[in-house]
Amino acid sequence: MEFPILSLMLAVPLIAAIACLFLSASAARMTALFATLINLALGVLLWINYDIGGAQWQFTERAELFAGFSYALGIDGIALMLIMLSVFLMPICILASWDAITKRVGEYMSAFLLMEVLMIGVFAAQDLFLFYIFFEAGLIPMYLIIGVWGGDNRIYASYKFFLYTLLGSVLMLIAMLWMVNEAGTTDIPTLMQYDFPVDAQLWLWLAFFASFAVKMPMWPVHTWLPDAHVQAPTAGSVILAGVLLKLGGYGFIRFSLPMFPEASADLAWLVFGLSMVAVIYTSLVALVQEDMKKLIAYSSVAHMAIVTAGLFAFNVQGLEGAMMVMLGHGLVSGALFLCVGVIYDRLHTREIARYGGLSINMPKYALFFLLFTMASIGLPGTSNFIGEFLALAGIYEVSTFVTLVCTTGIILGAAYMLYLYRRVAFGEQKNADAAAMPDLNAREWAMLAPIAAAVLWMGVYPESFLAPMRQDIAALEARLASVAPHYDSEIAVGTPREKAANYVEFDGDKEGAH
Amino acid sequence: MDYASFLHLTATEVGLSAIALVLLLVTAWTGAKAARGITIAAVAALFGALIFTVSLPNGGVPAEAFGGLIRADGFAMFAKSLIYLATIACLIVAPRYFESRGGFRGEYAVLMVFNAVGMGIMVSAVDLMALYVGLELSSLSSYVLASFARKDEKSSEAGLKYFILGGLASGIILYGMSLVYGFSGTTSYDGIRAAFTVDFSTGAMFGVVFVLAGLAFKVAAVPFHMWTPDVYEGAPTPVTAFFASAPKVAAVAMLVRMATGPFGGQVEAWQQIVIFAALASIVVGALGAIGQNNLKRLLAYSSINNVGFILIGLAAATAEGVSGVMVYLFIYVFMTIGSFVALLMLRDADGKALSTFDDISGLSTTSPVLAWCLLALMFSLAGIPPLFGFWGKFVVFQAAVQADMIALAAIGIAASVIGAFYYIKFIKVMFFDEPKGAAPAKAPVSHWAVLGLCVLVVSPLGYLLGPWLGEAADAAAHALFYAA
Repeated sequence: MEFPILSLMLAVPLIAAIACLFLSASAARMTALFATLINLALGVLLWINYDIGGAQWQFTERAELFAGFSYALGIDGIALMLIMLSVFLMPICILASWDAITKRVGEYMSAFLLMEVLMIGVFAAQDLFLFYIFFEAGLIPMYLIIGVWGGDNRIYASYKFFLYTLLGSVLMLIAMLWMVNEAGTTDIPTLMQYDFPVDAQLWLWLAFFASFAVKMPMWPVHTWLPDAHVQAPTAGSVILAGVLLKLGGYGFIRFSLPMFPEASADLAWLVFGLSMVAVIYTSLVALVQEDMKKLIAYSSVAHMAIVTAGLFAFNVQGLEGAMMVMLGHGLVSGALFLCVGVIYDRLHTREIARYGGLSINMPKYALFFLLFTMASIGLPGTSNFIGEFLALAGIYEVSTFVTLVCTTGIILGAAYMLYLYRRVAFGEQKNADAAAMPDLNAREWAMLAPIAAAVLWMGVYPESFLAPMRQDIAALEARLASVAPHYDSEIAVGTPREKAANYVEFDGDKEGAH
Repeated sequence: MDYASFLHLTATEVGLSAIALVLLLVTAWTGAKAARGITIAAVAALFGALIFTVSLPNGGVPAEAFGGLIRADGFAMFAKSLIYLATIACLIVAPRYFESRGGFRGEYAVLMVFNAVGMGIMVSAVDLMALYVGLELSSLSSYVLASFARKDEKSSEAGLKYFILGGLASGIILYGMSLVYGFSGTTSYDGIRAAFTVDFSTGAMFGVVFVLAGLAFKVAAVPFHMWTPDVYEGAPTPVTAFFASAPKVAAVAMLVRMATGPFGGQVEAWQQIVIFAALASIVVGALGAIGQNNLKRLLAYSSINNVGFILIGLAAATAEGVSGVMVYLFIYVFMTIGSFVALLMLRDADGKALSTFDDISGLSTTSPVLAWCLLALMFSLAGIPPLFGFWGKFVVFQAAVQADMIALAAIGIAASVIGAFYYIKFIKVMFFDEPKGAAPAKAPVSHWAVLGLCVLVVSPLGYLLGPWLGEAADAAAHALFYAA
């Protein structure tokens, strides 16, 4: 019996969450920070001890419960990376809420810690219904975070978030019940190898798609996201963008693709179509936003569309790229929300026009903001470049047209991000109050510097992140290989040339004639 | 089989009847003074009955008493335990509730015990005549209980409405029973089953439909649900908590026993009715609640909604389905009693009930513990994991999927999202809105104890009961499919 490190990672924030309910504001903040740091340390330990190239499922724990339902945990490289992302962002979220949240601090910290438990649980669950419980339970703390501590229009946003995601996921439950009934097991690794009847796969795939497309979010069911992001407190937005959106991508890679490969291949056109619309449409929408958070929210939808397109490319580059975009976007969009939060805390507005020329009075802030802006665009040397490049390379093998559209989206991404940066950080200092804002303090440094380091690390040496996932992605690719769809990138075999390409007609008579 | 063993099998009914009669005499001579003592005695008696029922050593093997009138089996045991439990909870919270508004009398406890006797007979009867006796004993005491707050117009109105519509439903059931008897020539469940297997004529079909319609009234399933909001709103809150729990358990158990027993050979005949009632209850219960501002009416619609989910388990018509129904009932009893007890704890310093959404806005700041308890109960009713209410929905939908009724399961679960809307509205009002009214007054310990227990069960800790509950429900379900 190994040391149950995954259970420990669930237990630490859970105990802290319960404790926070009964503590005073300052004690709750310290407890939450301490618990999340312990979890970060445990996460690092997990990564160090993860045996790259070893067994597919590591750190497994299993306890049979009732009704064929078991407490089974275990991770592969993909889950490992996403767990790392969660535990890395959590202490930063706590720091981001340090001064911004003043009412009901204990309950707030408790909700966040609970969120951490559920996120780790989703990625580590190896039992189908355990996964569902963790997946769905996240609605409760997030509903409260948006509703209690959110902005002016928080009630509408919290309702929309809750009902949208609930409607998406209940059908998945019925599909899961059917699968378990059919396959006779709730074990996710076994189900990933199980071949469901092809005609049933279609329905199962659609039921899962309803859930993951909402979580992702994909156009046209993305509309809850801008509302939720804008109204949530800064840390809530970070968690939403950083980790919760990844649940959709994780769901595709863990369930839809390996469990229903035929249906995935048959419906890849749907995913590509929606992704293409999303990339262009949401980028254009982002371009005209007046609200910083809304702009970043729409950019998230566009980035996630690259993820979905990459996943459904059915090849190694596409899958690796999608994972890297998810990780990179988790860091970068989280950091961008933090950047918005920093100036929001000072001026209490998210309106872009109320700022301007911040690079004069807040040079350090401007530097960080610039780095994350560039990373969001996908500048080489930053995390998103790796992911986007790989994903597009993967998509290109399947469809030239889809790649063309997605790349256009990236160009548009550069447009709206640079435009945002210009209006906020450069130009004249039109507003006196914005010009008087102090630069980053130590706490804000401590939030942004680690993310900046991670973004650069991922951009310069992505191998650290790709290595643990390589084997799992190769296994997935092997499962998908037989059904991989081919669209317009299919190589057409022409008739071979009769002569080499550099052949010049020899005309002996003219030799030396000049 | 001799009379000694018959009496042993029906000891709880016999014992409780005797105790209720004695208590009735005591009440008659002492008046309102001894009301509290009588309530305590009634709780003790029911508790004894609960212990006796649970420890009855005939798990699995059904035993019949009085020439096949009453059957003591795992199913009856499960349902009766739940009924006694719910009745006890509603007795515990009653004295302090009525004392603060005056008018508490010993009859309350006596009527509750008589009601429990009737319900015990309902769930264990295997003969139409015995069933009807139990049903009427339970119903008649319910009518009186509904109008227990005699000086309150709404309560009297509730009692009257309940009586008239309940009488109508009893009449419909009785008419159905007479048809069933006429076409099968017997009132015994096994006899009816055997007769219907040989010949199931249109007339018999009418009988089945009438009986089911009457029972649908008793469980408050759509389209026979109209009385529920009015009666629930008008009746005193402890009585409402009782109506929503124990009689509902009894009626559902009776419905399940009838559907799988005498009509068990004609599943096709009633399955469509149950499917329709299930889906209609889910949708109407959810939509009806949306416009409500009164909390008791809202919970009334919520109970209609829950009956829909319970009926999904029955629609599967399998042992798994019945087991799911029993698990759901167990969790439902705790959820519903918890919610109503929380409501009756909501009263301002003058004793006026806080009965609308406006009254409870910002409850999380004025009375945080109560607000968190209600939060757990509401998310549980909405079926959001990890709360225990999720498990109830899970088992019934699992049964439906296993019975290959995927469309039913998919529509039902999608409709449950409509219901989630008003449950989260509850939470929104308590947590997101600013406090408007006064803080609720301090509630007595007895109320906190009942609420605490209910919240503990619906919290994720409830899953610790999972293995035990699953076994008990399976045993109950297999008792019904024992002969089949």
